[in-house]
Formats: sequence, structure tokens, C-alpha cells
Amino acid sequence: MASLAALPRRAPRLLRSLTRSLQTAADSTQPTETPTASRPFTVRLHDDTFHGYKTETPSLEVEVNKDMLIEMYQKMTLMRRMEMAADALYRQKLIRGFCHLATGQEAVAVGMESAMTPEDRVITSYRCHPFAVLRGGTVKGVLAELLGRQDGMSNGKGGSMHIFTPSFFGGNGIVGAQVPLGAGLALAQQYTGKNDVATFALYGDGASNQGQVFEAFNMAKLWNLPCVFICENNKYGMGTSAERSSANTAYYTRGDSIPGIQVNAMDIIAVHQSVKFAKQWTSAGKGPLLMEYVTYRYGGHSMSDPGTTYRTRDEVQKMRSTQDPIRGLQKYIEDWGLATEEELKTIDKESKAEVDRAVEESKASPEPDMNDFWTDIYYKGTEPPSMRGREREEVSFV
Amino acid sequence: MLRPSARSWTKSIPRLSARTVNSRWESTSAGPPSADGRLDLNRTNLLRTTRESSLKTPGIKWMDDAPTSTSDIGGGRETRKMNVYQAIRDAMSIILTKDDTAIVFGEDVGFGGVFRCSLGLAEEFGRERVFNTPLTEQGIVGFGIGFAAMGQTAIAEVQFADYIFPAFDQMVNEAAKFRYRSGGQFNVGALTVRTPTMAVGHGGLYHSQSPEGFFMGASGLKIVIPRSPIQAKGLLISSIRDPNPVVFMEPKVLYRSAVEQVPIDDYTIPLGQAETIIPGSDLTLLTWGTPIYHCETAIGFLNTPPEGLAKHIPESLRKARVELMDLRTILPWDVKGIEESVNRTGRLVIVHEAGRTAGVGAEIGAEIQKRCFLRLKAPVQRIAGWDVPNGLSYEKFHIPDPVRIVDGLVETLSY
Repeated sequence: MASLAALPRRAPRLLRSLTRSLQTAADSTQPTETPTASRPFTVRLHDDTFHGYKTETPSLEVEVNKDMLIEMYQKMTLMRRMEMAADALYRQKLIRGFCHLATGQEAVAVGMESAMTPEDRVITSYRCHPFAVLRGGTVKGVLAELLGRQDGMSNGKGGSMHIFTPSFFGGNGIVGAQVPLGAGLALAQQYTGKNDVATFALYGDGASNQGQVFEAFNMAKLWNLPCVFICENNKYGMGTSAERSSANTAYYTRGDSIPGIQVNAMDIIAVHQSVKFAKQWTSAGKGPLLMEYVTYRYGGHSMSDPGTTYRTRDEVQKMRSTQDPIRGLQKYIEDWGLATEEELKTIDKESKAEVDRAVEESKASPEPDMNDFWTDIYYKGTEPPSMRGREREEVSFV
Repeated sequence: MLRPSARSWTKSIPRLSARTVNSRWESTSAGPPSADGRLDLNRTNLLRTTRESSLKTPGIKWMDDAPTSTSDIGGGRETRKMNVYQAIRDAMSIILTKDDTAIVFGEDVGFGGVFRCSLGLAEEFGRERVFNTPLTEQGIVGFGIGFAAMGQTAIAEVQFADYIFPAFDQMVNEAAKFRYRSGGQFNVGALTVRTPTMAVGHGGLYHSQSPEGFFMGASGLKIVIPRSPIQAKGLLISSIRDPNPVVFMEPKVLYRSAVEQVPIDDYTIPLGQAETIIPGSDLTLLTWGTPIYHCETAIGFLNTPPEGLAKHIPESLRKARVELMDLRTILPWDVKGIEESVNRTGRLVIVHEAGRTAGVGAEIGAEIQKRCFLRLKAPVQRIAGWDVPNGLSYEKFHIPDPVRIVDGLVETLSY
């Protein structure tokens, strides 16, 4: 009897440890033929790259080519340099307030972008800087926004969490609130009859416990929306680890009737393949799909969080040194003879130079015009007659 | 103690004591405070930085037996230097010690919370009493309501007041109406929701708002906003023990910057009562939270204008005696206290960080003009945030600063 009584208590622990067993190496993909720089070739992802829930997983065979991989490398180094620059500007107290960096998670944004089209739509929450650049923005536009300057992509009104492009519906300061918005974007896509486009609605493992995420799941499935929900699982929602916040940490299984796929998102080729799969899924009219990208953030949740009170420095260091997505891609490119270490170093230097230039230009950008203080609240020309600072007695002695 | 940088500003002023804190702010020989609107608490005279002044805090009520020695002031009670987050932590520590049913929970609360208000509580009282929740505001408050409905003390934290909106339904429809809709059979009086509020200067759209006004129509709830460490501790203990659900909003820019000698014992400060911080006879200046200190600076500007402002402040107004009041409890607010003051002064200026339209000032202004109509010498003036979102770059223009406040004082005094 004693052993039977112990069973229910043990079982959940056992399950929990199994759910995160997916390997997260960034360099475990192998070519299945001799790679050449002149034409596409096929590589095979590690057997343990995808886990499926109520669906087959994407094929492990991926066709890649030199240009695509080099472009990925260029973009990932640019994103890393940009985030490092933001980090430095924050430490110099030039960026004030809230700043959330995606260092370590570059394979997510860059890998997704490599398989999406400009007609696809993306929405996310805090870690939005890479998407803003990749979806049509500029490094300068992001950094100037963080600095609160006129040249920022929201003219300095938004800051870290609020940067938008026509195909990117921005960061969102209320975690979880962007997910039903994503379902709405997908509804609009479905309504207008475009069947080869999708909306990618991203949220973190922290936000996954917000009630409205589940409300969005239900509507998306009920109405068969072309919405790909992506849980970016970087293991920590702010300072609370996934295991301590979520009863079920297999986030790809949390869509109930929505099929899910868990993806090794430290390997950019796996991310690329998963988005291709998701695009085919929604284009075939199969409705929503839930993907969990298993990734890792090197920094704290925000700049005021050193990121070491709730995890060990060793853990961060181990991820950086053994599973870095950029170093993984670098290894592929070098091992497969597509470019030399020197050529990649040149790309890295160019990225650094571009970011350095953007930093200087951003710093030179003026503060926003005071007249814009009260613009963009209502549609131009429809404002209430007495909006702010227009009445005699409200003029201050500046 | 006053910090070194404050010395030149205060060199001609007698050392701060309980008496001068309560008496009128004498600024005739002091240099000008900064006019850029930045909060500078090195210059304030409103913080009680000595044990004697601390123990004489008006309205303070000791909730435990007096120490044996009664020869000294306050019955020999001790104080310790604390900032606001330490005072909040001290209040929760007292509650957790005395009330076995009390729990503290919220996002990242287990390791101290983002503003350090629960630092070390989990280690001291156990992780079954002080714990992290998932990131789910609606869930946190709903969960707290359920816990409190069983008669147990729930101290929930919503990490920023800007995040309270996902929980708005729970607070307004569940917590506020629980007693009423059960015909008095159940209540959630044991629920207190703590949340950091107001601007820090660079919080941007979702980290600088002041949502207290949104709760004004939710009868059944109480809303409390402290201005200093002593007030924070006493008002929080009162809020937790109050038999009604309370939203306790903590001005986050004061967490570290406001420092006082805080009594270490268990004490309360009454809810529902405004406090007259500086008595006056010509104008009632009413506010709460962070702007208290901007108002103090503005009164200094009025009495002794710095060079740049002097031409805007008529000589005849410089001797005006402004009564500074801290509302402290926003709902239900101290109607009688404010009415009494305005009947004496004939003028009311209300300052708050939230937008002006339908802000708390609108309600107070409407009620006071009705009650004091024939005594008013000028229209009730509201100095508030503009009716715009809190844009990142514009925050310093958005928040009522001392210059805007003194402008309002001049206009009201010269009406």
C-alpha cells in the first residue's frame, strides 16, 4: 500500500523531467551530401529536433544553400551587436527606463524571417528589437527609439517595448495581451481571403499562463484561423523558472485541440524548417498551430535584472559556450566549406561598424518635437478641442 | 538625517524637528530648489528623519503593549532608518508574524520582488507563505479573493499598477461587490492588493501610469496611497487589517529616495483621513503620493521665487499661506476634512499625476464646489497629467512639476 500511495506523487515529477528532454545543441545538423557553395544541398537535423503533439513533426531533411546561411549569419551578428549596443547605451544612462534584450535568442527572429514572406504578420511582446529590424526597420530606428529620439521608429513615444513596422505589429508592454491580437490579425487575413499568409503570434513561457492566451487559442481553433502561436521558452518568465510557474511546461501541448510542435530554437536551421512547416500548415487550411521554441536568454529579464539571482552563472556560461546559435551557424558554414573564418570575421566587423554608425546617428537625432506630445492620440482633425496645453492657463514657464 | 548636499539649502533653517515638520515651511533664507521638475528629496522638510519627530507622527496608533520604559518620548519605542520599500517589508513582516493566516504572493515576490519589498520574507517565513505566482494578474487577484473569502489574510502584489487592468474585472466585479452580492454572508475584507504606481521619469507607456481614478466608482473597495516610509508602514498595516478589500498603491519613485526614521513596532495610521502637513489659511493644496514633494517645492517658489520665476509671481501673493494636505486614502476620501479646510481657505488646488479628465480631482472638485460654494473665492483648480498617454520621451512634461503647480497657485490666488 505504501508504494501505491507514493506513486501519484512521483509520477508528475517524472513527467516534468521528460518534457524538457529535447536537445538544444546549435550545431548538431549534418549534411547528407557533400556541401557546395554553388548550389543548394540537403542537411539533416538531429533526430531530437522536434517533438510533436497531435501532429507529425517537420521533416528532418532541409534544403539549404550558401547565400541563405551567410545571410542568416549576417543578420544574427547584426542583431547581437545591436543588443550589445543597447546594453552599453543603457549602462551609460543614455537609454532610460525599460529595456529587454534578446541576446541568445537570435535564431528565433532570424530563423523565422528566413522562411516568412513580407505578407506574413508578426506580433510579440517584450523581446521585439530583432523583429523590428528584420521586418523592415533599421538598427538606427530601434536604437533611436530606445533613446527616446525623433528618429526612433515610434518617434520616441514608445521605447523598448513599442516598435512597429507595416508587417510587424510590435512589442507589447502587457505580456499575453498580444496573443488575442495575433488571433485578430489572422482573422483579418482569413477574412480577406489570402490563404498563403499567416500570423505568427509570439509570447514567452511567462506569458503562457495568462488567461487571454487560452481565450485566443479557443477562438483560433473554433474559427480555423491561420495563426501560428509561438511560445518562446527561454526557461524564465522574468525571475521565475518555467517549472515553478507552469504546471505543464510542455508548452507545445497546451493548445488542447491545437496541434503543437516543440522545436530546438538554438539551431537556426531547425527554426527555419519549423516556419516552413507552419506556413504549409496554415496555407493548407489546417487552422492554428502551436510551436514551442526552446531557447535561452543570456541576460536578465530587463536591464535592472542581473539575471543571476534565480539561476547560476555557470548555467548561463554553459549555454553561451556550448549552445550559442551564432557559433553553431558559424561552425556549419566553416565545416561545410561555404566561407572561411576570415570571411565570417569580416561580416562580423561590418555588423559592428553598421551598429556603431547607427549608435552615433541615433545619439545625434533630436529629442521629439514638443508639438508631437499630443499628436497620434485621436485621428488627425478629430481631436477634442481642448487637448493639452492649448488653454491659456495651462501654459507653463518653460 | 539630512544629506550633505542639503546643507546649503537648509543652513539657516533650524534642525528639523517634530515641531518644524508640523509648522509652516520657512524658506525665506534658503536657496532655490531645482526647477526642472526632477524629484529631489534632499531638499524636503516633510520627511521625519529623527526618532523624536517619527514617534510624534500624527494619528499613529500603537498596536502592541508599550515597552517597559515610559519615561522617554513614545514610551521608549525605537525607530530605524528605512526607505519606503524597507518600511513596506517591515509592515508585511509584522503581519506575517502576528497573523498565521497571512500569505504574500505575486510575480517574483518569492525572491524579493522587483522593487525589493518582500526581500528575505520567503526565507524568514517560509516559501509556503511567501511565494511566486505565474504571470497572471487576473489569476493573482482572483486567487487572492478566494483566499480572503475564506477569512484568511491575502496580500497580493501586482507588479506594476499598469498591469492591474487585466485584473480590473476581478477587482471591480468580484472583490468590490462580494459583500453586497452575498447579502453580507461573505466578504473579501482580508484582501490587500499592493501595486507600485506613478511615474519614475522614464517608465514610458506601461510603467508610469496612475490608475487610482479608474477605481473611484467601485464602491466596496478602498484605495490608499502613502507618501513616505512612516506613512507606508502604518497605512499598509491598516489596509491589511481593514475589513474591506484595499488597493494599496506605492509611488515607485519614492521606494528608495524617501528615507525616514520609522518606528519598529506595530502601529497603524487611520484610513479615510487626510493629513494637514503644512497648515495655512489662504489656499488648500491637496495631493497624494509623489506630487506631495513637488507641491512643497511649489510653495517655496511662491514664497521665495527663484530669479527666473520672480516676474510671474506678484509680490502681493508671496506671503500667502498655503495649506498642504495629503489625501492618503483616495477612496473613500476624507470629504469632511477637505471641506473644513476649504471653508477656511476659500481656495482649492488639486494635484495628481493621472490625467485630468475624470481623474480623482474631478470628483473632489465637484463635491467641494457644492459643499463650499459660497465660501469659494476662486474656481477649484486641477493640476494633473495631460490627457495623453505617458510617452517615453515626454514623461518630464507630462507630470505636474513645481512650476506648473506654482502657476496654478498664482492663478487661483489672484482670481
